[in-house]
Amino acid sequence: MDKNLGIKVGLEIHQQLATNKKLFCNCTPVEPEEYSIKFQRRLRASKSELGEFDPAALFESTKSKTMVYYADSKSSCLVEQDEEPPHELDSDARETALIIALALKSRVFSEVYPMRKTVIDGSNTTGFQRTMLISQGGYFDVNNTRIGIQSICLEEDAAKILGEEGTVKKFGLERLGVPLVEIATEPFEVKPDEIRKIALSLGRVLRSTKRVKRGLGSIRQDVNVSIKNGGVVIEVKGVQQLDKLEKIVEYEAKRQHGLLQISEKIQQRDWVYDDKARIDVTELFSASKSKIIQDAIKQNQRIVCISFTNMAGIFGFSPHEGIRLGKEVAELVRFFGIGGVFHSDELPNYGVTESDLENLKRHSEIGADDAFLIMAAPEDKVCMITEQLVSRIEYIRDHGIPTDTRLATQSGETKFLRPRPGAARMYPETDIAPIIITEKELVKIRENIPRSWDDSVQEIETKYGINLQLAEQIFDSQYMKLFEEILSRVKVNPTFVASVLCYSITSLERRGLDSGLLRDEEVFELFGLLGDEKIAKESVEIILDEIMSGRSKSIDEAMRNAAIEAVNEKDLERIIRDIVYKNAEIIENQKERAAGPLMGIAMKELRGKASGKTINELLLRYIKERLGDS
Amino acid sequence: MSEYTGYGGNSLEFLKANQVSVGDSVRILTDIAYHGIVMPRYEHGDDRHIVLKLKSGYNVGLEIKEIKEIKKNPQAKTTTEKNADIKRDATLPKILLLSTGGTIASKVDYRTGAVTPVLTAEELNSSVPELAGIANIDTRVLFSEYSENIMPRHWLEIAKAVSEYHKSDYAGIIIAHGTDTMHYTSSYLSFALAGFPIPIALAGSQRSSDRASSDAALNLIGAARFLTECKTNGIYVVMHQDENDKTVACHIGTRVRKNHTSKRGAFQTVGGSPAFLVVNDTVHNNMKGNFFADDKFDPKIMINDKVALIKYHPGYDSDILKNIIDSGYKAIIFEGTGLGHVGRDMYDTVKMAQERGIFMGMTSQCIDGRVRMTVYESGRDLLDLGIVPLEDMVPETALVKAMWATAYAKNSDETRKIMLNSIASELS
Repeated sequence: MDKNLGIKVGLEIHQQLATNKKLFCNCTPVEPEEYSIKFQRRLRASKSELGEFDPAALFESTKSKTMVYYADSKSSCLVEQDEEPPHELDSDARETALIIALALKSRVFSEVYPMRKTVIDGSNTTGFQRTMLISQGGYFDVNNTRIGIQSICLEEDAAKILGEEGTVKKFGLERLGVPLVEIATEPFEVKPDEIRKIALSLGRVLRSTKRVKRGLGSIRQDVNVSIKNGGVVIEVKGVQQLDKLEKIVEYEAKRQHGLLQISEKIQQRDWVYDDKARIDVTELFSASKSKIIQDAIKQNQRIVCISFTNMAGIFGFSPHEGIRLGKEVAELVRFFGIGGVFHSDELPNYGVTESDLENLKRHSEIGADDAFLIMAAPEDKVCMITEQLVSRIEYIRDHGIPTDTRLATQSGETKFLRPRPGAARMYPETDIAPIIITEKELVKIRENIPRSWDDSVQEIETKYGINLQLAEQIFDSQYMKLFEEILSRVKVNPTFVASVLCYSITSLERRGLDSGLLRDEEVFELFGLLGDEKIAKESVEIILDEIMSGRSKSIDEAMRNAAIEAVNEKDLERIIRDIVYKNAEIIENQKERAAGPLMGIAMKELRGKASGKTINELLLRYIKERLGDS
Repeated sequence: MSEYTGYGGNSLEFLKANQVSVGDSVRILTDIAYHGIVMPRYEHGDDRHIVLKLKSGYNVGLEIKEIKEIKKNPQAKTTTEKNADIKRDATLPKILLLSTGGTIASKVDYRTGAVTPVLTAEELNSSVPELAGIANIDTRVLFSEYSENIMPRHWLEIAKAVSEYHKSDYAGIIIAHGTDTMHYTSSYLSFALAGFPIPIALAGSQRSSDRASSDAALNLIGAARFLTECKTNGIYVVMHQDENDKTVACHIGTRVRKNHTSKRGAFQTVGGSPAFLVVNDTVHNNMKGNFFADDKFDPKIMINDKVALIKYHPGYDSDILKNIIDSGYKAIIFEGTGLGHVGRDMYDTVKMAQERGIFMGMTSQCIDGRVRMTVYESGRDLLDLGIVPLEDMVPETALVKAMWATAYAKNSDETRKIMLNSIASELS
């Protein structure tokens, strides 16, 4: 199917910068222990520079939410609270953005205008995101394919949503204002399985600067999907994992293709909407056995039927698996906080019986060729939701695919997020003067463009004598900086350090342990002890387990809890000699091969107290001694 | 907006040579092609760039020497704004909305790139549709100035405009005003329009009304709600109570001050709580007495701007005071230290002012609290030199009151009487 559809994909990568400051103030973006500040706000749609309202903003304002913001005084200040104008643009972030732009051979503008991108879902206290277009054009190569860069922006990250209850949305301000670089690629025509490789390569270009944040949540990608012949570019947000990309792109292409077929089908029907098509059927359904309907009536909601002349079969028509007009409509009403809609092609069902339907059809003069929707909604919302719903179906009929911004779901599908915002969402940031970038500045930055990812990995490989795979892994991981620091301070085996950082910590995390409990200082201390031969290699993972599980708060405590203490040489010799003595029979029978089973016995006793290598050597020595004796 | 707003020198010539002006949709070719609309330029910028709004909405500066080609698209220029029609409801009270400028009526200014007060009262009204559910709003533009540019002559203009409505059927009047000097204007109106029969609310905003998080809407809604339900008169400053979009505080116009540069809740009633609070559309009354000592409307719309406000500080050069005296000032308000003092070095010059019949009043730079000049010897010395303690009057209020009083008082003694007589809740 993919080839026929002619899928085109563009990537949009949002990468947090590791400046340890916000873009427009000096606050440090740290997870607060507790929120000491709380306040509430409301946002309203305001007109754009050209005097228009942005459709996405207007749409959002129809939901009339109250935002409650939580903050602490370390990770945010009056700037994030929108109680003070932004300070100067942070020079580190500016430099990093320019390094990235030049590394991607993009054309930097000599005058950059900070803009306000309207975002009134509450994730920005101001009602806009500060953003500036730094450069356009450029490219990077993946294998033998050249991927074009469309634009590079420097912008602020949004506040973190903490929860939503009814009409109240809660946000934490610690992430608001963290500098992000947004890189959009030109659309490219590739097989879905290659997209991941391209995203990974772009991520690697960014990581080679060593000036971007690593770890969970520090990089997010959106993907723009379109198909040949009638497709439109649809932006899908919130693709958390690279391995979901492929599935999401396939789903979205299928959806677009399906919608075009649905569109054609509607055009063949003679359907025109008029206001009489919406009727209140709350009375009619008052005796319905449907639990959903009864619950809605109890909550004082109205039950509404919207009829569609000559549209029978359209809502349930499924050109591809899981693609139906009924689903499109349901997504839209859910967006307005309505549980969902029933459409005629799926009824009787959900407790709505044949006789309910007979009543309804008689009462509303719905014929056999007609379709209808039934939904429950608060009275004050009925009109607005009906309008939105009908205009979406009309749009699908007349134009095919609505230009939404969509959200990636956990299951690899996409769902309606909001109408796609237009140019009207941009307004000049009047609080900040235009930023002038001189040729002199660019010349200096050009000298500092980092080596490519391949070169960087190769450098690690040779400098530390570790294999290519491990070098790649450590460079891509969030521990690269820590790795280099450990090796500059402590004399330990680089391969061991890299594999602890890349594998041991990850495997403990997979068991549900928290690497957040592990501080850099403790990692240094741990490898320091190893370097001084105060602990054995085997103890490292035991100590990590103690700390990441929260059982121990420090290395000392972990060592005490796990009864780890290095055994001195004499004691070690004594213990091993004891083992050899007690297991004389095994040695008799297996000769030197007895080292295997005895090793198991010895490790039980000495795990973490001496290195496996030493134990093994001693065992062999005493076994030989014993065999020689006898 | 002119055809070439903000452009000068080379960039202006470039636009003219290519027959392109602001608002045109163009295609520009450098190394790569750009599509967009030519935007105005800020005056502080150089003459080597033109500003383009790209299709994505981003504005960028393109250096003209890199432009190989600029081509105008044949489309029409972008349309201008339209205001929504406001419905009127005959059962609702009427409110007059006067606009004078300020952040509350601001949007981007292409001269400087910062914001400028340009929205009319009508635009303000239409941008807050909730107002139509509270009252029928008539609008009138007085001028569009930021508050630092508002001068005593503007106070006269506002007072004259307002006084025309003393017998109208308006429930009240909202004056949209810049916040920096809003409390000077509210003080002036309180004295010049003493006894004005309907309530007046000065409303402003700390975040300009072109942004989604503006406090303007809630302040206007709160002001309208307050005017229609307070059942009293007086001049009030109506602004956010704090950082929340929840409570709107109505401060007595002679007891209020801007105490923060940027917060929404910058305005505070000095030495007390706000007179009224509007919480979730309900008006809570916290007034202890009447706003005006005398409810007979007795307008005295006059001003004498030869009044100085002196903030005394260690090292204050008494020659500055001497210059003020020599410049023919009629009154001097001191913002003294603590309970109301100025240093010994000032005595000779203060004596000179006394001999010239200049009224001298004492307020405190502590802002909150009462002056008391009998506690320390220097206070007593200053009393002897004719300085009049002005109780707990806010220094800015004292300045405005003295400007107004000296405009019609025949001599320093009469000024003194007026200054000590509470007219509009300025003393508590």
